[in-house]
Amino acid sequence: MTTLTGAGTLIRLALRRDRLMLAVWLYAFAAFVGATVYGFRGLYPTAAARAEFARTANGNPALLSLYGPLYGSSLGSFTAWRDVTVCALLAGLMSVFLVVRHTRAEEEAGRLELVGAAVVGRHAPLAAVASVAAGANAAVAAVMAAVAAALGLPAAGSVALAAGVAACGLATASVAAVTAQLARSARTARGLAIGVLGAAFLLRAVGDSVSRTGPRWLTWLSPVGWAELIRSFDGTRWWTLALPLALAAAAAAAAALLARRRDYGAGVLAGRPGRAAAGRALASPLGLAWRLQRASLLSWAGGALVYGVVIGSASRGIGGLYGSAQVRRAMAELGGRAGLVDAFLAAMVLFAGLAVAGFAISAVLRLRSEEAGQRADAVLATAVSRTGWALSHLVIAAAGAAAILLAAGLGLGVGAGAQSGGLGHQIARMTGAGIAELPAVLVMAGIAVALLGLRPRIGAIVSWSALGLVVALAFVGAILRLSHWVLDASPFTHLPKLPGGTVSATPLAALSAVAAALGAAGLAGLRRRDIG
Amino acid sequence: MTNAIEAAGLRKSYGKTVALDGLDLAVASGEVHGFLGPNGSGKTTTIRILLGLLRADGGTARVLGGDPWAQATRLHRRLAYVPGEVSLWPNLTGGEVIDLLGRLRGGLDRARRAELVERFELDPAVRARAYSKGNRQKVALVAALASDAELLLLDEPTAGLDPLMEAAFRATVEEERARGRTVLLSSHILSEVEALCDRVTIIRRGTAVESGSLAQLRHLTRTSIAAELAGPPDGLAGLPGVHDLDVEGARVRCQVDTDQLDPFLRALAAAGVRSLVSQPPTLEELFLRHYAGDGPGVRAGPAGAERPAP
Repeated sequence: MTTLTGAGTLIRLALRRDRLMLAVWLYAFAAFVGATVYGFRGLYPTAAARAEFARTANGNPALLSLYGPLYGSSLGSFTAWRDVTVCALLAGLMSVFLVVRHTRAEEEAGRLELVGAAVVGRHAPLAAVASVAAGANAAVAAVMAAVAAALGLPAAGSVALAAGVAACGLATASVAAVTAQLARSARTARGLAIGVLGAAFLLRAVGDSVSRTGPRWLTWLSPVGWAELIRSFDGTRWWTLALPLALAAAAAAAAALLARRRDYGAGVLAGRPGRAAAGRALASPLGLAWRLQRASLLSWAGGALVYGVVIGSASRGIGGLYGSAQVRRAMAELGGRAGLVDAFLAAMVLFAGLAVAGFAISAVLRLRSEEAGQRADAVLATAVSRTGWALSHLVIAAAGAAAILLAAGLGLGVGAGAQSGGLGHQIARMTGAGIAELPAVLVMAGIAVALLGLRPRIGAIVSWSALGLVVALAFVGAILRLSHWVLDASPFTHLPKLPGGTVSATPLAALSAVAAALGAAGLAGLRRRDIG
Repeated sequence: MTNAIEAAGLRKSYGKTVALDGLDLAVASGEVHGFLGPNGSGKTTTIRILLGLLRADGGTARVLGGDPWAQATRLHRRLAYVPGEVSLWPNLTGGEVIDLLGRLRGGLDRARRAELVERFELDPAVRARAYSKGNRQKVALVAALASDAELLLLDEPTAGLDPLMEAAFRATVEEERARGRTVLLSSHILSEVEALCDRVTIIRRGTAVESGSLAQLRHLTRTSIAAELAGPPDGLAGLPGVHDLDVEGARVRCQVDTDQLDPFLRALAAAGVRSLVSQPPTLEELFLRHYAGDGPGVRAGPAGAERPAP
């Protein structure tokens, strides 16, 4: 028996378990690329219109940090510009979920033990998941390239765009295979891998937004940036594909090495010794919820602070550097340098808001995983009411979301520094801008609560799909020129554009009311239904 | 004596699957009540209804005089529960879980906790992710037993325990009984049921097929007889309640319904008895009769229909 015996069977098992999820991912990539090509074709039908926009976009740090530079003015350049970062991030997320689901999560649940006791080689589980991840990313590349080429983009460029995205996915998959060896819980393994992906995005965002003056090389350190640096439709640099592929190979080798050196169920990161009796805080459902979610919450808050400081610092480089008449005119339209900086910061705040909605949803869904894992029974068989149990996690979700938004705002304020009226003023307006995202975040969390009470089985998938839709609207809604009826479906559409925009109480109050109603409906449903 | 648990005609379906089909259950205050049945017969569903985690589709349930669905929180202060499949928070230690669950119930007895941790040889400083199945079970047991609950709902609590710990568990339940607590013990371990339970209810396919004291239930089973007679017997086959009759010359082997022993022994005596071995029914036989028929491919008449409970 070699160390790979049984890998084929494990691959079939993984494909059987994931077939629906993979199909949904592939559809999402196809739809995303299709919508972008279609949208830009309608929005900028002529080469002249595109050239005009390209000059503006390359002078706008908000767009630069989100999407990177526009390398040309063809429809292909536009599509790659808008899609490459988002798709690379999505391919990375897909790979993280896929890899951790079949490695550490299986091990944590004890199922890998069942498999390991069968005729299965030591490296077979890792090899199997690597094959599945490679196959999934190859499928993503095939679908993206096919859609882009079918819609009339040059075939070579379409393949380059798709290959860059898939290579980023593959590299992230290998990183996740490493974190799955390091951490003892699937949650931590996922968190670490997504943290790496987030850091890669930040490096790219800073490297691109500071372009002409700042450390442009930062983009070259980022796996997400590599996908962009391939310049799919504008003098394709195929050799940049070697970077993610080398990272993928190196990380996969490291994962295999770590896997060989550790025991089943153990992690490389040692667990701290525990205490024999509970501390004073662990005496209520809220104490338990805090204990269960604090690691996640604190890492989110820390990540948000870093994000804020980095992005805020990047905003200092905006304006004054761009000499062309068109850029100056565009700047003037946006309200001069201060207006440009504010527009950039507002986009970054929106970005933080969308991410924090992800935190809030996952914090709410903790209730469902507690229930499905039968840990809720133990709590609900004591003198804790269902409402009390649910509220404990909802408090963490809501207060945690607020804290993370404040951390992001604080970071942005500190990073951006004194622009006018001193540092204190800047911090105050940026934390204000951050916390203003909260009503929309709570609406997204409210959707998860309502589903938890009324349709618990589909709660997770529908909540995440709703967030996916909202993110998609934020990214491609404008270029598709969707009607306001569609854009209004996203709670984030109704938020004031802060800093710089005007605040009106009505939409904030309305969003808060919607969130409260959704939450109340969910709690009422939870009181009436069976647990389990 | 009042009943700590009283359920009548409980029904529960999951889609087309019927889990409980008119279940009756009465547990008197202060007794240890065995709750037996094959896998999937509805034991856990019953306990979850009694805990108010599930809402029954029909029938009534009273726990400690209250409605388990509507008054769950209030009743839970007075009862403790050990699930069959104990799953704990992986990053909490056993000691933390015990304290947490005790506090959530309204307090726990520190001395009793220490004593139980000692008795079950539990290391409370280990994180739950590192516990074996048996150790997770101990955590749940200590958490439940260290509370001041009037009623203990134990769903196969010894499934993962080794024989030493099983003995510790029995001793503990005996103490609980002596302190006047009521215990509903769902179990598959017959010696445990025999040693601990005052009364038993056997449930099959969502209905109670037998309920009563062990002596009463034994009465309903067959005694196996092996006898050597003076000469070949006459007419044994025609007697009521005689099964699996095997006559070889003057040797007789058979099973006799315990309540039909009298005519059978008279017939033996008429033929002249040289030696007689009679074996009382074991609990195993009792259970096997009720459990059989749920297995695949086995077709036996419903045991309860053959022999209705008194």
